[in-house]
Amino acid sequence: MDFFVQQLVNGLTLGSLYALLALGYSIVYGILKLLNFAHGEVYMMGAFMGYFTLIALGGAASPAVPVALVLVLMFLAAGLSAGLLGVAIERFAYRPLRDAPRIAPLITALGMSFFLQSTALLLFSADVRNMDTSELISPATGIHAGPLDISLIRILVIVSAALLMVALARFVAQTKLGKAMRAVAYDREAAEMMGIDVNRTIVAAFFIGSVLAGAAGVMVGLVFDRVWHLMGFTAGLKAFTAAVVGGIGNIPGAMLGGLLIGLAEAFTAGYISTTFQNLIVFGILIVVMLVRPTGLLGSPAIEKV
Amino acid sequence: MAPVGVDEWVARLEERRERRGGIVGRALAAWDGVAPVWRLVIFAALVASVPFLTDSDFVVRVGVNTLLLAMLALGLNIVVGWAGLLDLGYIAFYGFGAYTYALLASDQIDVHLSSWLAILIVVVACALLGFLLGLPSRRLIGDYLAIVTLFFGQVFVELVTNLDRVTLPGDDEPVDITGGPNGIAGVDPINLLGIEFLTPTDYFYLSLVVLVVLIGGLYLIDNSRTGRAWRAIREDPLAAGLMTMPVKRLKLLAFAFGAAVAGLAGSIFAALQIGVFPRNFETPFLILIYAAVILGGAGSITGMLAGAAVVGISFELLREPDEASWIFYAGILLALVITVRPWTRLAAVLAGVVALGLALHAVVGGIWPETVAGSPQADWTFSSAIDGWLLLPEDPRTIGNWAFVALVVLAVWLSQAGPRARLLALVPLVYLAAFVWENRLMLDPSVTRQLMLGALLIVVMNLRPAGLFGAKRIEVA
Repeated sequence: MDFFVQQLVNGLTLGSLYALLALGYSIVYGILKLLNFAHGEVYMMGAFMGYFTLIALGGAASPAVPVALVLVLMFLAAGLSAGLLGVAIERFAYRPLRDAPRIAPLITALGMSFFLQSTALLLFSADVRNMDTSELISPATGIHAGPLDISLIRILVIVSAALLMVALARFVAQTKLGKAMRAVAYDREAAEMMGIDVNRTIVAAFFIGSVLAGAAGVMVGLVFDRVWHLMGFTAGLKAFTAAVVGGIGNIPGAMLGGLLIGLAEAFTAGYISTTFQNLIVFGILIVVMLVRPTGLLGSPAIEKV
Repeated sequence: MAPVGVDEWVARLEERRERRGGIVGRALAAWDGVAPVWRLVIFAALVASVPFLTDSDFVVRVGVNTLLLAMLALGLNIVVGWAGLLDLGYIAFYGFGAYTYALLASDQIDVHLSSWLAILIVVVACALLGFLLGLPSRRLIGDYLAIVTLFFGQVFVELVTNLDRVTLPGDDEPVDITGGPNGIAGVDPINLLGIEFLTPTDYFYLSLVVLVVLIGGLYLIDNSRTGRAWRAIREDPLAAGLMTMPVKRLKLLAFAFGAAVAGLAGSIFAALQIGVFPRNFETPFLILIYAAVILGGAGSITGMLAGAAVVGISFELLREPDEASWIFYAGILLALVITVRPWTRLAAVLAGVVALGLALHAVVGGIWPETVAGSPQADWTFSSAIDGWLLLPEDPRTIGNWAFVALVVLAVWLSQAGPRARLLALVPLVYLAAFVWENRLMLDPSVTRQLMLGALLIVVMNLRPAGLFGAKRIEVA
């Protein structure tokens, strides 16, 4: 029982991280029909920015400012730089190809992902960095009662991820920019004719998605203590799978998919073997595509001619 | 007759374009006049003469690798260039082929099939695997296919790394199938028609023969019913379906065909390397194949050969500091010559770059002598000139990193700026690029090669999506 609860907590943590990442994929895909491979690398860069902010503030062992402020600054720095990176990528690599055949931006995205990964390798070397979170926030804090054994940082991560997701859902549903995003996703040309600034909307989508990715990067660094240049690629792949499983372009779907993939991975690791985590996720992807290609919450796509 | 997928106005584009004059134009015209068979013969003869011109083992090895790369590019071209499907797991078929051959012809499970049989099994198995992988991808639309195949490539590497302690049901002892991270060593050499292929030179000729046969076959397919149908579904699957083309089956066929070619190349690779290791089949190599396809121009056989030659050879040469320096400075000069017109402006930019360097070297070096205390990484023709022109700090790593970031930011900004700002910023950009190259990129050649591949994909797709030889796609609304 204890073990089961532990895996459940693991799965929820992992799942909320995947969900955050999946949201970024889903927003961009919904609007541009572009599979942004570089999204995982944006997340990796966010994690590095969080790490360097922590180091600049004196490191985990002796932070120069209160711990809460350290965390806030880490999230701010990572979110902001990841957001700017996302916008720069859109501007430089994807915008010129917006009306090109579908395959062109995909290949560019692949190249961008590889370029960012190599850049991180060049700038930060291949070392795996540790945030030493246990020195920042003692693992003794948090809930430790009966079968429950959740450290404070995990609670923080799950709660803040949930808050971010709710905020995003409300943003898309209620604000003017959110409405513009939905309109552009539905029909870009018609939206443009209605006076919506399509470029601004797309930039906003990239910015928001990338901020979420940056935040997810810091969270991963805090919980799993590993920040390195290859962390983005597989995580991005799984997050995209989560978005597909939930129904691409669908925000609640991305959250559901993320949680499902996270739980599946945690339970596979706990009960079967860590080596087959990715294989299981791949299996889920294939099954969903065979049984329900539109994803769990997606509506059937009608092809417009 | 107009090629499929292009309307008449577009098809006549080539005719309307004026014939180039001069020696180049005449040479091109003469080349166009040669029958395809003879072009292939000339190509084969030229490549075959390479081992005669040099005794260097290195050159032959680079040659074999480039020939294998050309084979893979041709195979990927079927899927990406002709059928228009983005297959990002292509490297896994190559790996699957190599591993299957290694299993069928080594001590690993103590099977030593004859080369004919082993290669035949490999090719069929790869085609089947490609077929199976293509099946679940929802209507085989680009993005879903991309994600499934990319994931497949990752899972493949993970599987072969971990399948060294598999417990089969009914057997207590774990079985070692793939050798795990250590791979499979001691693969049998290929033995065909009584010839045993042992040295790299042997494999050079084997690869060349296979490549030539492949080119011939692909040329015929390209002009066959199936080839035309592939191009039709690339341009517009919906319209092709309405013309009663079996779109789904054609896509799966392209997929299986590409996979089979990868398997063939994989078995040669396994025999050449006398072993297979998971590291051979990771993402960087996939990017290399894509770089060759994209640079050459997806859809064109000639393009694949040119792309593989340029990417394969320069990728190998970037390992050597001297050759890498040549490639870098010549590349910059070439880019300037192509983009900056007229020549007076080009001369001004070049003079500006030289003047800026000399001035910076004199002023900054005069104030802080440690900024010029280093020396160029490569010892080549222009080393001393560069030493007198470029700031070379003694410990360049950190400053080089910052300069790299600055270079990327400047390049991104430049791509958005107006023409006048662009011309002005070109001078510092070139200098900064040289600075980053000497002070940072040369220190880590392997990372530099990866960076360049990534950048190549982005730049080619943005500037010239048709690559060197690809047909220009003109959208007719």
